[in-house]
Amino acid sequence: MSMQSQDIIRRSATSSLTPPPQVRDHKLEVAKLIDVSICIGCKGCQVACSEWNDLRDEVGHNHGIYDNPVDLTAKSWTVMRFAEHQSEGGRLQWLIRKDGCMHCADPGCLKACPSPGAIIQYANGVVDFQSEQCIGCGYCVTGCPFNVPRINKEDNKAYKCTLCSDRLAVGQEPSCVKTCPTGAIQFGTKEDMKLVAEDRVKDLKARGYPNAGLYDPQGVGGTHVMYVLHHADQPELYNGLPKDPSISPLVGLWKGVAKPLATLALAGVALGSLFHYVTKGPNEVSKEIEDEIEAEDKEEAK
Amino acid sequence: MIRDPKDLKRYNASERANHWTIGISFILLALSGLAFFHPAFFPLTQLFGGPVWARIIHPYIGVLMAAAFLIIFLRFKHLNTMTPADKEWLAKAKNMVDGNDHDMPEQGKYNGGQKVMFWALAVCMLLMTLSGLAIWRAWFGFDITLVRLGAVVHAAAGAVMIALIMVHVYAAIWVKGTIRAMWYGTVTRGWAKQHHRGWYRQVTGK
Repeated sequence: MSMQSQDIIRRSATSSLTPPPQVRDHKLEVAKLIDVSICIGCKGCQVACSEWNDLRDEVGHNHGIYDNPVDLTAKSWTVMRFAEHQSEGGRLQWLIRKDGCMHCADPGCLKACPSPGAIIQYANGVVDFQSEQCIGCGYCVTGCPFNVPRINKEDNKAYKCTLCSDRLAVGQEPSCVKTCPTGAIQFGTKEDMKLVAEDRVKDLKARGYPNAGLYDPQGVGGTHVMYVLHHADQPELYNGLPKDPSISPLVGLWKGVAKPLATLALAGVALGSLFHYVTKGPNEVSKEIEDEIEAEDKEEAK
Repeated sequence: MIRDPKDLKRYNASERANHWTIGISFILLALSGLAFFHPAFFPLTQLFGGPVWARIIHPYIGVLMAAAFLIIFLRFKHLNTMTPADKEWLAKAKNMVDGNDHDMPEQGKYNGGQKVMFWALAVCMLLMTLSGLAIWRAWFGFDITLVRLGAVVHAAAGAVMIALIMVHVYAAIWVKGTIRAMWYGTVTRGWAKQHHRGWYRQVTGK
């Protein structure tokens, strides 16, 4: 059973009328700030993640690029994505983005999940999978605007970065933050991280990156993993980081209005049928036709 | 129930078995599908040995239903072509629902309402099968937009299909003497003459 944290502000497949235990809500929102401009791509964060979380992904193959593993997996919850970018001046830039769960304020995975309590959101903003409740349907993958959750083939459960919720619970920072040798990953309250980002953006702007900025997309209510980007106007440059991510309208329709509408419609048909029977009565074969058939039989018998 | 040798044969054993295969599959699919659709129905997964089993089993039952449905569709397709009499029947359907079937036009083996049901269910079944395959992660990994579209279509077509089947089942309960056709394959001559006079004439020669 999961730890009794009593600070769960959102729970999958659970109505807001029957909220999860959330009395300990006097918590500051936290955030991980990833400053792409000072990341050197050492992959120390990947190692720290595997180390702390006791994950040992399969040793992969060289795909001709620096990304290794080449994609997030159920056992690689963070991956450095390398992109070569030639800026207008012809200068080559290596844009290295640490990919992983963004811990959205409005999480698409949680919205899509059909299993009560398999995905929860803590008062500090962390979105966490409660894997013993996971049924392996993959709806979280369908709901995620960042393509993050991965289903493990061995146990058919979905996995992703927990933002080291276990470390956070005892006052430690996430393991990737702890290990980052350049300070490219920082952790603190969301407010503080925004201030840190502000300084970094100012510095980058002064150094020839007029479009530098903070990536904290409001389409998902903001995220609890944020990036400082030198090209904040073109987040796609960083291996397809979505420019204005939001929960897909299809997912919104599916997990939004469709649920109460269809349920009411089905209840309406069921009750409508019942009351039709009660008010109009059964449709029996009429007496005249019964008599006709009987008369025919008598005729034949003669 | 006393079975009159003069009862009319409406369905043979193979057709009945075909229908029941679909019926049982449908019930299992509806119960497990609703569980994934709305949290209010989630406890229904316990009928299948828990939510993980429900998730595993649901699509395989879906394949069974799609196959059985395809067979019954091909069997009964030719009996479900719309005729002008059907359109007239549909125009007067409100009277029928109100309990007044005196001036309904003569109907063959199936009336206009049944034919609409047949085609609506066929469209739903097609949508359910295609969208179901799109979201079946155990075997397939389609493009995310297709999967999202599949999820919406599967939920919407599923809800429509459940509603249609409710009407289908209720109609059989409402029209007395109908359900036995599903069990034994026979109906009384009075039933046939009242509800499907064209078919009655055809099979009795009267």
